[in-house]
Amino acid sequence: MTKNTAEKIMDSKSIKLALNRICHEIVERNVGTSDLAIIGIRTGGAYLAERIAATLGKIGKTKIPMGIIDITLYRDDIQDKLDQPLVQETSIPFDIGNKIIVLVDDVLYTGRTVRAALDAIIDFGRPRSIQLAVLVDRGLRELPIKADFAGREVTTTQKERVEVHLKEMNGVDEVVIDRSGRGGV
Amino acid sequence: MSLKIRHLLGLEGVDADDISLILDTAISFKEVLSRSIPKVPTLRGVTIVNLFYEPSTRTRISFELAEKRLSADTVNFSASGSSASKGESLKDTVWNIEAMKIDMVVIRHSAPGSPHYLAETCESTIINAGDGAHEHPTQGLLDMFTMREKYGRLEGLKVVIVGDIKHSRVARSNIWGLLTMGAEVSVCGPPTLIPVEMEKFGVKVYDDLDEALMGADVVNILRIQKERQKSGLLPSMREYSRYYGITKDRLKNLNDNFTIMHPGPMNRGVEISSEVAEAPYSVILPQVTNGVAVRMALLYLLSARRGRVNEE
Repeated sequence: MTKNTAEKIMDSKSIKLALNRICHEIVERNVGTSDLAIIGIRTGGAYLAERIAATLGKIGKTKIPMGIIDITLYRDDIQDKLDQPLVQETSIPFDIGNKIIVLVDDVLYTGRTVRAALDAIIDFGRPRSIQLAVLVDRGLRELPIKADFAGREVTTTQKERVEVHLKEMNGVDEVVIDRSGRGGV
Repeated sequence: MSLKIRHLLGLEGVDADDISLILDTAISFKEVLSRSIPKVPTLRGVTIVNLFYEPSTRTRISFELAEKRLSADTVNFSASGSSASKGESLKDTVWNIEAMKIDMVVIRHSAPGSPHYLAETCESTIINAGDGAHEHPTQGLLDMFTMREKYGRLEGLKVVIVGDIKHSRVARSNIWGLLTMGAEVSVCGPPTLIPVEMEKFGVKVYDDLDEALMGADVVNILRIQKERQKSGLLPSMREYSRYYGITKDRLKNLNDNFTIMHPGPMNRGVEISSEVAEAPYSVILPQVTNGVAVRMALLYLLSARRGRVNEE
């Protein structure tokens, strides 16, 4: 990735503001935080989910249950991927029955990851509802899936690559668009 | 991350990266098995034939459960009641099954090397579920998974395999796998049941049980295979039991936090006493539970390797 092909669209401050706004929208939509639970999609979504659960906990003055889901086993392209993704652990340490689940991911793109995550969640039980929160919605959906809460909506092409860097894994909070033509999330 | 191997024919020659990948992946599948719906859609559309020419309870059910929990389609074949009893060769049987569009074959056969032969003559991915006295690689993997789960490592672990080493495919797979992963392996049994030049494997050989167990972490107890004892290698079961049977008072020289393992089926009162088999330090049933998770990991990893081969 060279400097002149990458454009930073969010920095640490705008990510923080976006996550705060998402939290308040979640509270507004659900009239409080009762029965809320957060599930993040590995890897980026899991860190964002932790931050969202912490902020919601402060707003509602209660501990919000948080889980992490690995969607590898539910992918629709598992048989044809060249580099096999490592299966990581899923951890949902609470009963999801009758909960309002907020599913969190870093980037919403084709919608296939979310489709897989919905299947995975439903194998754990029957939540009252599932809502979707993403940091970046880059469009180009291939399935009828829509975010309920989005930090930033950007128009992209398939050749561009949206990268979410988070402190927990990259040491810095930022979202960049790489236009060097490699494509992907 | 992908496996380098295309088939699992044995643990001989499988490197530490591949073994680690299988064991690491199995941790995630163990979590899947603990869910209220212990099933994932990963291998939808993959057809697996379980070809069992020899009797089996655990391995067969374990493979079938692993396949079903991954949503694969499974077909079971047993030699009795099949055309094998009409004299059809192994190659013809598998070619005919392959003509019905299958993806993987899990085979147990009394002839050592039969999975290797199939891997050379067939298109399908082959998994060895035990070939004669040669190897039983998935048992080796699940034994290593169980040890690693308890101790957090395999490197430097002192493992003693006790019993009929000569006729044991479990022993061979354990020895290959554990040595690759850096464990210290010893074998112990009556000299008539230990292959000649066993030391060349890189293991220590004992005929005295108490000496062998001194300072060991894991004791893996093999079954005395009554069906393979034709030629009078043992004077009597009673004598074997007195010298090599694991009873509570033989465990005193083991390390603290030691573990007793047995691949099953057990001959209680012969190679292991009931008291030892049912004690908290014995992980015989966890081994069986882990077997399903390890086989799921293996099937998943080998199936993706298949997709890639077809693309090339």
